[in-house]
Amino acid sequence: MATLSTELNYLQAKKGLFSWIFSVDHKRIALLYLYSLITFFLVGVTLGILMRLELLNPGKDLVEAKTYNQIFTLHGVIMIFLFIIPSIPAVFGNFFLPIMLGTDDVSFPRLNLLSWWIYIIGAIMALSTLIFGDGPADTGWTFYAPYSVKTGTNVTMSVLAAFVLGFSSILTGLNFIVTIHRLRTPGMTFLKMPLFAWALYATSWIQLLATPIIGITLMMIVAERFFGVGLFDPSIGGDPILYQHLFWIYSHPAVYIMALPAFGIISELLPTFARRTIFGYKAIAFSSLAIAFVGYFIWGHHMFTSGMSGTGRFIFSILTFLVAIPTAIKVFNWVATLYKGSIHVHTPLLYALAFIFQFMIGGFTGLLLGALATDIHLHDTYFVVGHFHYVMFGGTGFAFFGALHYWFPKIWGKMYNAKVANTAFTLLFIGFNTLYFPMLIAGLMGMPRRYYDYLPEFHLPNMISTFGSWILAVGLILMLGNLIYAYFKSKDKPGRNPWGGITLEWQTQSPPPVQNFDRMPELPKNGPYDFEHKPTIKE
Amino acid sequence: MEHASGFVLPNSGHNRDAEASKMGMWLFLFTELLLFGGLFIVYMVYRMINHEAFLLSSFELDVTMGTINTVVLLVSSMTIAMSITAIQKGNIKLSVNLLYATLAAAIIFMVIKYFEWSSKIHHGLFPGMDYYESLPKGEGLFFYLYFFMTGLHALHIIIGAVIIGVVIYRTKKGLVTSEKYTLTENAGLYWHLVDLIWIYLFPLFYLIH
Repeated sequence: MATLSTELNYLQAKKGLFSWIFSVDHKRIALLYLYSLITFFLVGVTLGILMRLELLNPGKDLVEAKTYNQIFTLHGVIMIFLFIIPSIPAVFGNFFLPIMLGTDDVSFPRLNLLSWWIYIIGAIMALSTLIFGDGPADTGWTFYAPYSVKTGTNVTMSVLAAFVLGFSSILTGLNFIVTIHRLRTPGMTFLKMPLFAWALYATSWIQLLATPIIGITLMMIVAERFFGVGLFDPSIGGDPILYQHLFWIYSHPAVYIMALPAFGIISELLPTFARRTIFGYKAIAFSSLAIAFVGYFIWGHHMFTSGMSGTGRFIFSILTFLVAIPTAIKVFNWVATLYKGSIHVHTPLLYALAFIFQFMIGGFTGLLLGALATDIHLHDTYFVVGHFHYVMFGGTGFAFFGALHYWFPKIWGKMYNAKVANTAFTLLFIGFNTLYFPMLIAGLMGMPRRYYDYLPEFHLPNMISTFGSWILAVGLILMLGNLIYAYFKSKDKPGRNPWGGITLEWQTQSPPPVQNFDRMPELPKNGPYDFEHKPTIKE
Repeated sequence: MEHASGFVLPNSGHNRDAEASKMGMWLFLFTELLLFGGLFIVYMVYRMINHEAFLLSSFELDVTMGTINTVVLLVSSMTIAMSITAIQKGNIKLSVNLLYATLAAAIIFMVIKYFEWSSKIHHGLFPGMDYYESLPKGEGLFFYLYFFMTGLHALHIIIGAVIIGVVIYRTKKGLVTSEKYTLTENAGLYWHLVDLIWIYLFPLFYLIH
């Protein structure tokens, strides 16, 4: 049995680049993911801002139509495959799942390192299309056939990148499931796990069971490009609808890979800052599983307008509405958690509240798209773009930032400037809503998505939206700048438990020692959020 | 700050945990099943659309060769299962020999597959060849899926053979014993999966009318 240090923290234990990129310590791997993710995120944001600049005025301002298509494709590929899908699980899951379970690592530490390496290889492949070959794909991140089979751009490399990244995602999910089953601290039953662990558990199952389908589908695209056999291209005997089915069989559950971990984060933030037990622990835990399960059977709602029988549409629509139930259960429980709580307003809580607000808008607009009649009008308009940015960025993105502010003192043992953090949050919140709310309106007015140009009547919402993107950019820079400044300069040592949380990560030092714990973690009596019998945490 | 020096967590991720390894392997097998699952869906859809053409093309395949390969794989699944029992009972020599038998079966399978494939390619049935291009769409799809699916399966056979090679090496070095034989078990699980997929591929391409 290897004995890991309890004296040195994980940042001090070893020095040098190799001690990081070949580390099997889940905490270091989490930070490797964090730094790479943020880098790709910033590339994605830059591409997004470019798009908004092009759309500031009608007509061609900045880029050609084809370049614009390439920009939004790369923006999508980066944001989906390189940022949102790995984001919370790979960073905060890796760092905090073992600590919250009271153990010193995941079940397969070396496999964990391998997933990061696979992730980096996939990322390099995706970004290499910028430099090599015939330019980045211009198909949209969905790679819809037959266009993806025919276009001259470098679809093959982008598709292979997505395939490789899928492997990374599968291995992380596999690792988490086994870790949750095997490494919980003595006394921690499944129903005494923190809800973040439950969310990761549900997510991991989706990662495991959905990702292989996209893998093989993308391989079929590659083979079709090589051999010219018509699996999906109708002009040579293929069926493009079949591609769409296969694509969404993965990519719809993938939406929950992106959203469920964020739900887990919110379920951690609210009890800590309301100083009371979470309302409806079991309901939240099982609704994650319910979402994961039902989420499998609703992929068809992406294809209401692309050719499907009336019965098929009807069934997919009903199932889509069913997912709203477990999701609403969560939202109600979160709000009920705040009720009569002793609410301490700190930066992470602000992000959590913004999450609930924005995720609700994202969810309700989703129902309009899941309803057959309204979807005919709204499909492929900016309404869809607004909707999924509200869910993905306003939801998961904000939860990610909230988690970053929540666990920053634990990860680095330093505290950031709260005032600046709150200002940055305000800018992000205002910027985000200014950026995306006009998209919903432009979409209702009928503005189609994926064009670099638009009719003059859509000018106003587009202009407002582009202004919003600038506010958002300033907010992002301020937020990251504040955290980076704190990382280098902050003298403010937060101690073990700056927020008064009671999940196990707050019982250890900040930053945690290599073994994660310097003494046996103590479980609260009645579940992870039992503030009435909270363990006393000595420095 | 007080340090409880020498404190060691009981539930460490760095402990040896045979259950965890096996669970990991099972989960990985799920992903493999789904990988082929996607292909089975495509096969099903196109078989329903091009029923006649698929039937016609399936007569081109050599049922005898396919049957021999099925038997070879079934026997290899048995030998690897026996190898696990042998190592559990501490009979390392027998375990290694049975692994060699499994490896031999893998090679026989690949050799037969090689002859099958080359005779198809000889007839110009590989995508891109002149004769292939002249086929009706449905028949073309059949052979395309045949090469894609059996090709992917063959790739799994090769990976499985490499894994079995590793197990043989490690068993001989004394790293696999009657106390810790998870590696052999996991290799066995993987090999059974490769076998199982063939059990589905064989009737889908060679047998059903």
